[in-house]
Amino acid sequence: MIRNRMIVGAIAVASLGLAGCASASASTGSTSAKAASLSDFGTMADLEKAANAEGTLNVIALPRDWANYGAILDAFAAKYPKIKINEASPDGSSADEIKAAKDLKGQNTAPDVFDIGLTVALANTDQFAPYKVAGWGDIDASLKDPKGAYTGDYGGYMAIGYDPKAVPAITSLNDLLKPEYKSAVAINGDPTQAGAAFAAVGLATVQNGGKLDDYQAGVDFFSKLNKAGNFLKVDVTPALIASGEVPVDFDWDYLQAANKKAMKGQRDWNIVILPGTGYAAYYNQAINVDAPHPAAARLWEEFLYTDGAQNMWLEGGARPVRATAMTKAGTLNKALWDALPAVPATTVVPTSEQSKTAGVLLGNKWASAVN
Amino acid sequence: MVTSGPPLSTKAKIPGGAALGLLPFGAYVAIFLAIPTLLAVGTGFTTKSGGFTLDSVKALGDPVVVGTFWNSAWLSALTAVLGVTFGAIICYALIGMRPDGTFRNAINAISGVLAQFAGVPLAFAYIAALGLNGMVTLFLKDTWGINIYSGGTWLYQMPGLVLPYMAFQIPLMVIVFLPALEALRPQWAEANATLGGTRFTYWTRVGLPVLVPSLIGSLLLLFANAFSAYATAAALISQGSQIVPLQIRAALSSETVLGHENLAGALALGMILTMVVVMSLYSLADRRSTRWRR
Repeated sequence: MIRNRMIVGAIAVASLGLAGCASASASTGSTSAKAASLSDFGTMADLEKAANAEGTLNVIALPRDWANYGAILDAFAAKYPKIKINEASPDGSSADEIKAAKDLKGQNTAPDVFDIGLTVALANTDQFAPYKVAGWGDIDASLKDPKGAYTGDYGGYMAIGYDPKAVPAITSLNDLLKPEYKSAVAINGDPTQAGAAFAAVGLATVQNGGKLDDYQAGVDFFSKLNKAGNFLKVDVTPALIASGEVPVDFDWDYLQAANKKAMKGQRDWNIVILPGTGYAAYYNQAINVDAPHPAAARLWEEFLYTDGAQNMWLEGGARPVRATAMTKAGTLNKALWDALPAVPATTVVPTSEQSKTAGVLLGNKWASAVN
Repeated sequence: MVTSGPPLSTKAKIPGGAALGLLPFGAYVAIFLAIPTLLAVGTGFTTKSGGFTLDSVKALGDPVVVGTFWNSAWLSALTAVLGVTFGAIICYALIGMRPDGTFRNAINAISGVLAQFAGVPLAFAYIAALGLNGMVTLFLKDTWGINIYSGGTWLYQMPGLVLPYMAFQIPLMVIVFLPALEALRPQWAEANATLGGTRFTYWTRVGLPVLVPSLIGSLLLLFANAFSAYATAAALISQGSQIVPLQIRAALSSETVLGHENLAGALALGMILTMVVVMSLYSLADRRSTRWRR
């Protein structure tokens, strides 16, 4: 995930790595660190006992306003009061998380768990300890690593949010090229850096009849948008949306939903998932192979895939990965699920190959296409 | 001239206690400046697995990278020249006032604060004032019908950085240049007048020759200041990574285009080399200019 800003954070983490010399305690150590599922601990009570003994959980890059993470962290803290949660660089990117794990290796401040986009996950599987949570079987094979190195957890569709008082309603992508949207259309980040912006270009590609094998159609769309004078290049923040500076923004539907909720009473915000082909992605959970608190890390994973936590994603407007199985079992919060924006006829998710090709293309062409 | 006191030697012994007193500062510089710099430069010469390579350094010749260095250079040069010009004019106006006067002290203090007011807060100040719905923008539009963005949203593109950069460049110039102007002694002007010189001869023969090293020094300092600025640009321009510090961020923390971490080291090396050249020239200029300040 990327909420960009402050390279300083990464540098500060790196310098801490130099300055501090504390080494991680290897107390509960080896058995917990090798556990690949709950049965390796015995029962849930055994896992809880081991995690309580460690007493700490280091999480990284989890913004409290992202897909309801704030409430989920608080719920974990309330359920396991003996475990202290350290939240490091909430605005870091997925790549920052891996970097922090490498820089802080062997120290008890290193992150225990990751929440990462697919591209970064695929490139760093050797940084993860395979672990299959209790509900692992419920998860579609395409959304997880076969060995459990990383597992999809929550996701959503690329959506366009807009202020209905500032711009006319949006029914198709090409609406945005009209003069009514002058200096109005932004995307959340630079697609050569941020997953959400990358997905915006992907959505523009498939909406323009292109295939995910070649993002050129999407790049061309934003180039046209720029030539029309409609592309707004400011770094989007919720504050800028609330102030009206950014009237149209591409972002994940669950982030749009959180924004809409935060602005309630101040500014109207409509969220559209365009008909036709939709672009979806899931964020993944993984455990640091060098986690200083291996049992707490595994307890956190188990917690995130419980029915309760999965419904909390739903409260944040995100689609939990176990939704299908939970619908069958009747444990899904139906009211919230039905309130989500309607799903388009076809849904595409880029493969790792397609992501790589698109990354190279964007690296070469994006900067000149939008300048 | 030293006419009394103990003999001076170039190898004068520093008392042990004094050297010890330097230790905390030395350690601080080593941990937060020297070691990170070495590490950053080091990554420019290594592969992901740790072997030696020149590939990242070679990538500095890539047209995109060259273009970013060019962008950084012209932006820094332009804002440095403008900053020096306006800053010097302000200093010249201030020098005519009483040195201990409230106004001059106030301007001095404000400059000290504003020179450090950069980054995200500065960017937001400009968005609030000059953004598409900024106070100034709307005022101009509603009062006189002037649309400052009729030619495009320049605030969120390269030209849009010039104005915010001036907000910290001009005050910095005031801080560094005022002492140089203060060092111009009234006696020199009097001597010039006694010898039949005009105001013009004073400035061309005395004032400017004495000030030229300070002016060049200030210009270089302002260039370096703008060259290394990062957060203002990051908040205003999200697309395209037009300047070098933004390229470094992209290479380091991108979650969509992976495997460029070592390019960041090479880019840092390019920036450090530029800074070394600029700061060496600055120290040369500064050495000459301080001659007149004693």
